[in-house]
Amino acid sequence: MFFQQLINGLMLGATYALVAIGYTLIFGILNLLHFAHGEVFMLGAFIGLQLVLWTNCSIAVALVGAMIGAGLLGLMIERVSFRHVDKRYHLAPLISTIGVSIILQEFGVTIFGGDQLSFPETIQVVVYRFGSIQVTSLHLWILGTALALMTVIHLVIHRTKIGIAMRVTAENATTASLMGINTDGVVSITFLISSALAGAAGVLIGLVYHAISPFMGTAMVLKGFTIMLLGGLGNVKGAMVGGILLGMVEVFSVGYLASSYKDGFSFGIMILILIARPTGLFGTRLHEE
Amino acid sequence: MSGYTESIFIFMGINIIMALSLYLPCSAGQISLAQAGFMAIGAYTSSLLTRDYGVPFYPALVLGGLLAAMTGVLVGFPAIRIKGIYLLLLTLAFGEMVRVFFLNFTPAGGASGMGGMELKTNLVNVYAIVGVLILFFSRLRGSRMGRALESMSDDEVAAEATGVNIVRAKLVAFGVGAFMAGLGGGLYAHYALYIDSSKFGFLLAVEFFVFVVFGGIEVFWGAIVGSVLLTIIPEAVRFLKDFRMIFFGMTIVILMIVRPQGLLDKQLVDGIARHARRLYIFRGVS
Repeated sequence: MFFQQLINGLMLGATYALVAIGYTLIFGILNLLHFAHGEVFMLGAFIGLQLVLWTNCSIAVALVGAMIGAGLLGLMIERVSFRHVDKRYHLAPLISTIGVSIILQEFGVTIFGGDQLSFPETIQVVVYRFGSIQVTSLHLWILGTALALMTVIHLVIHRTKIGIAMRVTAENATTASLMGINTDGVVSITFLISSALAGAAGVLIGLVYHAISPFMGTAMVLKGFTIMLLGGLGNVKGAMVGGILLGMVEVFSVGYLASSYKDGFSFGIMILILIARPTGLFGTRLHEE
Repeated sequence: MSGYTESIFIFMGINIIMALSLYLPCSAGQISLAQAGFMAIGAYTSSLLTRDYGVPFYPALVLGGLLAAMTGVLVGFPAIRIKGIYLLLLTLAFGEMVRVFFLNFTPAGGASGMGGMELKTNLVNVYAIVGVLILFFSRLRGSRMGRALESMSDDEVAAEATGVNIVRAKLVAFGVGAFMAGLGGGLYAHYALYIDSSKFGFLLAVEFFVFVVFGGIEVFWGAIVGSVLLTIIPEAVRFLKDFRMIFFGMTIVILMIVRPQGLLDKQLVDGIARHARRLYIFRGVS
């Protein structure tokens, strides 16, 4: 029972981490809580689902398609609701992303209807047993994909020129632009990468839960905030670990307590961290708004 | 007035009360996403009192507000040390905790929600409360507390240096704001006649927040104008059918691009006030 929960928690948490990395990248660079990110996650899941339903392609192709679609959507969101908003008013970009999230959710309801959908069971699922623990090949695939994407993003941030530009912009955007970095370009790329990760997470969560609906984004917004806080605002490694921790906490609290308390747990953690250690578990510099 | 029009006006009034309840802490630089939680406390408390304990409506309404105010002060304590984005997240988490609490609170129906209240809310009592709040906020602006709050939102350190008791001012702003939200909740419960915890989630808190910023966060008239417009717009564009909420979202995005400070700001309101005064004098002379 315990190890089974551990594996489930790890799998769920790794997908949460993908969403949270996007949040924390955008927050680190723009100091913006991106409310529409949950909607990008939701539309990513739908893009993947529609690809499978229409072209009967494999899940891997659907995943890539969802990442491309969600990434383009992220670029669009940045263009429409962020680039032209006056940043001297701190609340204006926040409110405009809320506007975008209303638009995208309604868009989802209008196009796909309000019902819960799931991926068709086309994948060959092999069940491996280790004593009392059951692991399906699907679970391994989800976990592997999530971990691989996390590794890639880590390498991009730490080993490439784009990654260096992102980190410099996060440190100080004005100085970065004085050093010849195209900060507008960095912002676009950040939105692209973050949204692509959210799209991938959408497909993975869709595979885990068999419940893709236009309303799945809202819950993810809250989870994303919690994880970001847990790991420290703007801290990518923190978001990875925080995501996995939250996944574990959720799975264990459902396993050992009533499921209606599940959300209460993550918010309790959030409040405790805010009061006791607002820099997150791994420490990060404080942003003054 | 048809029932439909009346219901829009009543919900508009409740939205005004809720937006003003958020404006008060905002005017001290304290952004709160806990208003939906305070509203839930007011709604559940007053409903339990009127339905199960035979308490008359108005005392129950006030008691609901007071309980919300007490929790507001409790939230205010950690909020003393926390600012900006952290405060936003703290209040958000608190609001959601309240929702989860009522989801598991069996005396009020738990997950299946709570019904059986009597219809007590009408246009008269909603707009009487709105009137009192408008009077309160217009009197507040020049008062000692009002100036303290205003100086805090400009620069907290400077305000403290000039002798503003920041801790007290923040707690009062949170507590009184929560009281208003509790009243709004009580009014809502005795009009909708059915409440369940999912209604008072994070999206509702965000909605009030959008009202305030849309109308203009600098002046309390902004909260009023924001809630009036954003209550009417989705109803006025019903002919758009499925696209009306998309239109609603687009209105918000476009306004933030064109006028990031919200519809009204201090300059505009002062200008209108001066203009109105001039008209008045002119009329007095002739």
